[in-house]
Amino acid sequence: MTVTDHSRATADAAHTHGLGTPTPDASRADRPTSFDVDAFAVPTGREEEWRFSPLKDIKPMLADQAADGHLEWDVPALPAGVTLTEVSPADARERSVRAPGDRASAVAAAHASGAMALTIAPNTVVDEPIQITVTGRGEDVRGHLLVEAGASSEATVIIERRGTATYSEFVSVDLADNAGLNLVLLQLWDEDAVHAGEVVARLGRDSRLRGSVVTLGGKAVRLNTSAAFAGEGASVDLFGLYFADSGQHQEHQLFVDHAVPRCTSRVTYKGALAGATARTVWIGDVLIRKEAEETDTYELNRNLVLTDGARADSVPNLEIETGEIAGAGHASATGRFDDEQMFYLRSRGISEEEARKLVVRGFFADLIQEIGVPTVEESLMKAIDLELEHVNEELAEEHA
Amino acid sequence: MSTLEIKNLHASVETPEGTKQILKGVDLTINSGETHAIMGPNGSGKSTLAYSLAGHPKYEITEGSVTLDGEDVLAMSVDERAKAGMFLAMQYPVEVPGVSVSNFLRTAKTAIDGEAPKLRTWVKDVKKSMDDLRMDSSFAERNVNEGFSGGEKKRHEILQMELLAPKIAVLDETDSGLDVDALRIVSEGVNRVKDNTGLGIMLITHYTRILKYIQPDFVHVFVNGQIAEQGGRELADRLEAEGYDRFLASA
Ligand SMILES: Nc1ncnc2c1ncn2[C@@H]1O[C@H](COP(=O)(O)OP(=O)(O)OP(=O)(O)O)[C@@H](O)[C@H]1O
Ligand SMILES: [Mg+2]
Repeated sequence: MTVTDHSRATADAAHTHGLGTPTPDASRADRPTSFDVDAFAVPTGREEEWRFSPLKDIKPMLADQAADGHLEWDVPALPAGVTLTEVSPADARERSVRAPGDRASAVAAAHASGAMALTIAPNTVVDEPIQITVTGRGEDVRGHLLVEAGASSEATVIIERRGTATYSEFVSVDLADNAGLNLVLLQLWDEDAVHAGEVVARLGRDSRLRGSVVTLGGKAVRLNTSAAFAGEGASVDLFGLYFADSGQHQEHQLFVDHAVPRCTSRVTYKGALAGATARTVWIGDVLIRKEAEETDTYELNRNLVLTDGARADSVPNLEIETGEIAGAGHASATGRFDDEQMFYLRSRGISEEEARKLVVRGFFADLIQEIGVPTVEESLMKAIDLELEHVNEELAEEHA
Repeated sequence: MSTLEIKNLHASVETPEGTKQILKGVDLTINSGETHAIMGPNGSGKSTLAYSLAGHPKYEITEGSVTLDGEDVLAMSVDERAKAGMFLAMQYPVEVPGVSVSNFLRTAKTAIDGEAPKLRTWVKDVKKSMDDLRMDSSFAERNVNEGFSGGEKKRHEILQMELLAPKIAVLDETDSGLDVDALRIVSEGVNRVKDNTGLGIMLITHYTRILKYIQPDFVHVFVNGQIAEQGGRELADRLEAEGYDRFLASA
């Protein structure tokens, strides 16, 4: 059984279902994965996984050729049991949980010449978040990163991306049995950065992954996250927060692969859009394979359109191959902060700027709390306020 | 002592069929402590009058003036009007997802007063007002009007009126759709605010039932975008008995 629905919102068509694009009738499981760039044709833009993407921006990252740039890594003193090391190309492939799932990602892995590996030794419990900042200096960069959480380890890793770059990456996240990992990826790029990333996670038995993605910056960001269950009793929570202004394209694709019994997945992504050319895409695929009995899954995407012209696409897709599930559902809704809501708040003395802030903060508040890292939560609220200031400036210009 | 003065107010709205004139010269003065009931048939323009006073962007004022204590209300933005002391309890209060009632009330109070209310007294005031309006304290954490019943929305409007303490309040069919118990609770709320703050009230209604609970000082019959007749309480009783036919025939 395949359940797909598609909602798309613009200012004038607040929410429509079943818009005329074909349902992918091939199973999500059939998509190829490979370290060989040639295994993937150069996308034309008609493919299911590329049809919403800004190929013009991503194109430089699809060429099978080296890039000579780097990101600057700012790494704190790592606690005992945690290491960050360079890994040879052969090791990098070997230690990745699977091969890349699209051409951009295959190019990133092929030309990263090895990988950086952040490794948390088995039974290591790190209380303080490990905060790594990578900064682009306007270069063309390919990256391959391994995050390896050893058995029964427990850690929070924050990777913040700043500056600007044309950056593609392949990130492998490996949770051994009973590992707990809170991984936060912050896309706080400058406004001209272009970023195509694939994050693939494998969850061992009884492991727990909390993966949060926050995308505020960049001209075009396309981030695909996959989580595959390799052992029973594991759970994954994937949270996403994005805020697109005029000129920004923010795309998040997700794939949760339930291949073993008794695993739980929750996907919760929320986005706000402001500005006539703001554009966001969310595609959430969940596959419950025949073996995956007693699966419990729910995915949700909500978008809040703040101004005319902005467009949010939202495509949840649930494939269920077994009748023996504990629960499976999805929800997708795109709403507008409309003139009537604005009038209501303003008629109570609340200014236009403040009204917008009230609504947007309210929209994101519960999600931000889920990230589970107090310092990140605080800075995010500030970052969102900053986004709103941009929106207010833009609207003021429009009115002028 | 405050005075709201509406003079020769004309307002129109853009429709697909063209500009539609709705208000055709409204004259009305409301002083502090006075309650003016406005009664009129469906579509006569009562809500339009209410929205025009609050500054809804859909309605264009084409002629006339509105002043509050001499200040030009029409020159004010929507939030400035609220800060100047105007309040509109809406016929159809709007849902605002993601914003809790308590956050909304505190933000509004802060905006109106120009400073945040003292936390301790504020919490007490909100609780008391909610108790008086028989609103369960769980409403404070719910999103503004989301999933509220018709009656709950109306109580929430009066709650705001009580906490924001305006000079002049326009109540647009606050009584419609309420059962007798709810009507009594809401009316008591309105009377309490009036006793405590001495505000002036424009009470738009279809039914004389509410006038058993809230004593009007004046009754105005609103027909075809204008006030067609004014009187005291007895006029309401006559309308109840006769309906609006007499006015519609001549309109
Ligand atoms: N935004 C609008 N667009 C088009 N027509 C409108 C609009 N607002 C009001 N009207 C029209 O103006 C007239 C007056 O409407 P209004 O809502 O003010 O009446 P009312 O007296 O409040 O009626 P009711 O008793 O049903 O609440 C109606 O004919 C209505 O259809
Ligand atoms: Mg009305």
